[in-house]
Amino acid sequence: MCLAVPAKIIKINGDRAQADFGGILREVNIALVDAKVGEYVLVHAGYAIQTLSQEEAEETLRLWKEILNDKD
Amino acid sequence: MIKEMRFRDAALAKRVAEKIRKIAPSKGTVKICHICGTHEWTITHYGIRSLLPESVEVIAGPGCPVCIVPASEIDEAIEMALDGVTVTCFGDLLRVPGSKMSLLDARAEGADVRVVYSVADAIKMARREREKQFVFFAVGFETTAPSTAVEILKGPPENMSFLISHRLIPPAMKALVEMEDLSLNGFIAPGHVSTIIGMKPYEIFPRDYGMPTVVAGFEPLDVLFAIYMILKQIRKGEPRLENEYVRAVLPEGNVRAQRLMRKVFKAEDGRWRGLQIIPESVLTLRDNYKRYDSRQKYDLHVKCGVDIRPGCRCHLVIVGKIKPTECPLFMKACTPHRPVGPCMVSMEGTCRIWAGST
Ligand code: SF4
Repeated sequence: MCLAVPAKIIKINGDRAQADFGGILREVNIALVDAKVGEYVLVHAGYAIQTLSQEEAEETLRLWKEILNDKD
Repeated sequence: MIKEMRFRDAALAKRVAEKIRKIAPSKGTVKICHICGTHEWTITHYGIRSLLPESVEVIAGPGCPVCIVPASEIDEAIEMALDGVTVTCFGDLLRVPGSKMSLLDARAEGADVRVVYSVADAIKMARREREKQFVFFAVGFETTAPSTAVEILKGPPENMSFLISHRLIPPAMKALVEMEDLSLNGFIAPGHVSTIIGMKPYEIFPRDYGMPTVVAGFEPLDVLFAIYMILKQIRKGEPRLENEYVRAVLPEGNVRAQRLMRKVFKAEDGRWRGLQIIPESVLTLRDNYKRYDSRQKYDLHVKCGVDIRPGCRCHLVIVGKIKPTECPLFMKACTPHRPVGPCMVSMEGTCRIWAGST
């Protein structure tokens, strides 16, 4: 139930947006975030709870790389 | 795009596992606790425990939002449902046992109990069927509470009320760390709850309790990296708060969601199933919104229920004191098909997750 999944915003109409969950379109409520068309959001129980950006995703990979290169 | 990135790279996982083995203590046990059903799912599904050395144990805390709803609150929902009110809830709540029956049993007795995907669906139904009274059974942690707040602030229809059962994670973590017989050495903090609350509420754990705390995402690599980060802090003797889930969790969290939650709810002391009363851990509606409170509207007076049935060890599973396999009923009298305790019902319940993998 606490699962949240990423989806891409396709169309916005006020607080409601059409979002693409890997090929399946579904309505999500975006009242909790500032999301624009084309952006990715994290959706939990029908509500976007956070926006996700490519830069932040890359940031994770950078962090991991840094950790891997750490000397123990 | 984001999905295609290398968050599940097996070779990378092997490298992190190697680093974990290298850094793990050679004697004693490090006990790391996570507080999220989805983390337990990732750990069990990808066999992460089998990658860890013997000295590193990962246990599941009270991270299943459905499992920790006290039986008395399920009983409240059932009382309304049997009285002719339409009760809407998330699917995994349906089979959670109350004191005498579940909402599914109530439905079998003719009650109108409906599964919804979100609170918005419940409100749509209430608007469509004005002649009926509707209740939304609002369970869930900080990930879910903001959506309930959004809808309450929008002004739901007259025939709609809310059975608020939202609970907060940091107070539960505090209760765990203060349990003397649990002796934890580190926390993996729940990533999605953290997208809302940010990092600040966790600061007390390293500062006041010396607990390494790492906010982590839900891919197997996220969890492995979090374990490594905790072990590293332990080895250095420098407990800190770190964010592994930078792709979703901002230090300040989702400020708008926090503001809406604060506007609608206040935190009070309250019970968690299998745990005792946890200070300031349960949300209730502020006076301005009391008119949407089902408890007030239907004058509910259920005081206490049967949280743990005879033989069930959910109270020990919920805080990670025993593994599901140590419960004598596990996969014997208690199965996903006929659950005895709440931990066997939801897809996020520890017993249910372990049942799927045995
Ligand atoms: S196996 Fe069933 S009875 Fe045993 S602790 Fe888990 S839910 Fe309770």
